[in-house]
Amino acid sequence: MKRLYVFLALLLTILLILPLFLDKYVLGIFVMIFFFAYIGQSWNILTGYTGHISLGHALYLGVGAYTSTYLAQTYGLSPWIGMFIGGGLAVIISMFLGFLGFRFGLRGVYFVILTIAFAEITRLLVSHIEALGSFSGIFLDFSPSFKNFQFRGNKAYYYISLCFMVLAVIVTRLIETSRIGRFMVAIREDEEAAESLGVNAFKYSMIALGISAFMTSLGGTFYANFIYYLHPNIMFGMNFSIELILRPIVGGMGTVLGPVLGSFILTPLSEISRVYFSKGGLEGLHLVLYGILTVLIVLFMRRGVLVYVQKLLNPILKLEDESK
Amino acid sequence: MNALETNALSKSFGGLKAVSDLDLSLGQGEILGLIGPNGAGKTTVFNCLSRFLPMDSGQTIFYGRDITDLKPHVVSQLGLARTFQIVRPFLTISVLENIMVGALVKEKSVKKAKAQSMSILELVGLEDVKDRPASELPLPRRKRLEMARALATKPKVLLLDEVMAGLNPTEVDELIVLLKKINRQGISIFLIEHVMRGVMALSNRVIVINYGVKIAEGPPDEVVKNKQVVEAYLGKEFLSAQG
Amino acid sequence: MDQMTLGLQLAVQGVLLGGIYGLIAVGLSFIFGVMGIINFAHGQMIVLGMYISYWILVLLGIDPYLNFIAGACILFAMGYLLQSSTVNRILDFPEAMQVVPLVAVGLVLENLILMLWGPDHRSPETAFNLSTIWIDKIMIDGSKLIAFVLAIVLTLGVFLFLKKSNIGKSIRAAADNRTGAVLVGINVNRINNFAFGLGAATTGAAGALLLPLMPVSPHMGHDFTLTAFVVVILGGMGNLWGALLGGLILGLAESLSILVLPPTMKQVVSFILLIIIMLFRPQGLLKGHK
Repeated sequence: MKRLYVFLALLLTILLILPLFLDKYVLGIFVMIFFFAYIGQSWNILTGYTGHISLGHALYLGVGAYTSTYLAQTYGLSPWIGMFIGGGLAVIISMFLGFLGFRFGLRGVYFVILTIAFAEITRLLVSHIEALGSFSGIFLDFSPSFKNFQFRGNKAYYYISLCFMVLAVIVTRLIETSRIGRFMVAIREDEEAAESLGVNAFKYSMIALGISAFMTSLGGTFYANFIYYLHPNIMFGMNFSIELILRPIVGGMGTVLGPVLGSFILTPLSEISRVYFSKGGLEGLHLVLYGILTVLIVLFMRRGVLVYVQKLLNPILKLEDESK
Repeated sequence: MNALETNALSKSFGGLKAVSDLDLSLGQGEILGLIGPNGAGKTTVFNCLSRFLPMDSGQTIFYGRDITDLKPHVVSQLGLARTFQIVRPFLTISVLENIMVGALVKEKSVKKAKAQSMSILELVGLEDVKDRPASELPLPRRKRLEMARALATKPKVLLLDEVMAGLNPTEVDELIVLLKKINRQGISIFLIEHVMRGVMALSNRVIVINYGVKIAEGPPDEVVKNKQVVEAYLGKEFLSAQG
Repeated sequence: MDQMTLGLQLAVQGVLLGGIYGLIAVGLSFIFGVMGIINFAHGQMIVLGMYISYWILVLLGIDPYLNFIAGACILFAMGYLLQSSTVNRILDFPEAMQVVPLVAVGLVLENLILMLWGPDHRSPETAFNLSTIWIDKIMIDGSKLIAFVLAIVLTLGVFLFLKKSNIGKSIRAAADNRTGAVLVGINVNRINNFAFGLGAATTGAAGALLLPLMPVSPHMGHDFTLTAFVVVILGGMGNLWGALLGGLILGLAESLSILVLPPTMKQVVSFILLIIIMLFRPQGLLKGHK
């Protein structure tokens, strides 16, 4: 295990000094890699570990983004604070969703549909609220300052998103090795068997959902202040929800590093396909590639790419199977 | 005070009355056997006792406390543990981690839970596979895992559902030894069993049910000779052929 | 227009809309009934059906009410291929892992369409001025009426096919008891291929019938899928007539909601209806299979 930590520390160091050598454009790609790794990880905490599948996670992104933006534009509240208020709101909404889903025993596909329904309802409702931009969306003013969570260039965003990603990885690892995390896995493996041992499945499912929702919504605030434009169809849309889950699935659900690996694989892919196929505006090609890759992974590498990478690096890193 | 008792337990599925008006009690430190032909309603009894199914009528009392309306996980936390007829291991995690899930219910510290799980591992004889994923275990060892997991929750009563099914005679004997050991630690055992050797060797008392109704109760050697019991298992023709 | 007439008009719209919703959903319900799989790419298949019909109309001048057969055939082939290459492999996966591949297929389809034909809305130039029928003061849109009638005809067709034809019987057998079907010599994989193809074919037909009613663009898929979900869960998963019934109820609910809500909020009604049904009667109004 020690060797793995050294390896990761090395990678982290490289990532920390990289901005000295990269231009704004490439830094921007990294920002997206870290961002998607972060929100993928947040989703992973719910779905990868407890097994409840959410296809409506964009809901929490939107809640975070809109809450902090609205508070900033209306009351001048710094998004750093607004972010946590958004997080709180996301938790409340997720508790409502979880209550309906878990108390009424909605399992499998029914739970998936519930998550989609919640995201869609929110999307439609927000589209009708004038104060939130209604159908035109909100443009954020660009007034860079730390307080405003806005920065010139991409260096600051790079470090912030890197921070988010690293924190998410640490949180996930802590959960995984804790009592809560083990109950979550038990629920995923066999909820009834877990209950027969005394595990309160409802309670721990709710905890996982709450943590996931909170973390995801923080990402929403970051996103809003990086992209400077919010629209309900984007922020709450199924497209975002789907893109969000692809990286953890490709990388490896239910693992600590899977979502990170997945993001490092998929996110650059979209940039490459955009650069090489930009003539004739083959917009959407990267999504076609994502889709095909995802299907292949699910069919042939069900547990994600991480397991294979681990096997590959085993001789050097002496990872061994029981790295828990 | 009995460890576990139930009065007038009844359960129907649609029009079919699976269990009718059953009374039973398990004394502290006792081993009670539940036998009967297939479809007699034995697993239904267990499911009702452990609160996986709601009873239509009747009461279940655990160490003097009415648990009739409690949730399954609460009942388990109180000390009533069960295994499943078709074993349900947590397949993708290791044997040790499986047991730790049980241990962590009562033990908050992961470190201590791990230590407790290790000793249970040794008790059931699974140390050599402690880090293998549960999916790699063959059936007899999965049964041991299921029991180990239940034991880790520090139960006062253990409900075992056909733990000897599918085992060869040597394995049955080993299991009998293990169960006696567990019982000596103070855990009352209620077991559903088809393997008669196990029932005879372990039970202080045996209850026989057929079509959801109790037809006999008493020490194992008496019950086995009971005419009604023989008829239930082997049919009227056999009985009349005996004369 | 007085309240009564308005109400009646909306009710009529609702019923016609309901037929269309039923048409949209029947394929989803069917595939679920046979294989227990939720086709998350359902909506994107309908969109593809719409584009196929559009191009045939624009390039060959053949009316959607005739060219739907082409769309049905093309989508049948696609569905067959999809089942044989991918879906057959995931039938034994835990439900979790069945969702993902089909969502990914939908993603691929949607973006292929985007790449091929661009993001703009397309409407056939030849306006569909089918006669509007008037009953007293109530207006009935001709296109919608035809779609409604064809929806029922199609569902009836699928239903009869399942009941009477040999393949239909094999499909029902495989759906009921896979092992049994194998034991009597049914090639279950091939039957599944056919079943998925059939479900996909209905989306091809539905797409063509929808073209006269709305402009088509690449990203409409999700809306169709979600509508189909609501209908199917309302009516009962796997029950064909349930799909029509569910469609009817949804159509009416959405139409009448205009009396109290802005039209753009119609979908909120359908989602709330969906949640209520899932919580209190998840098996749907008519008993579904599986």
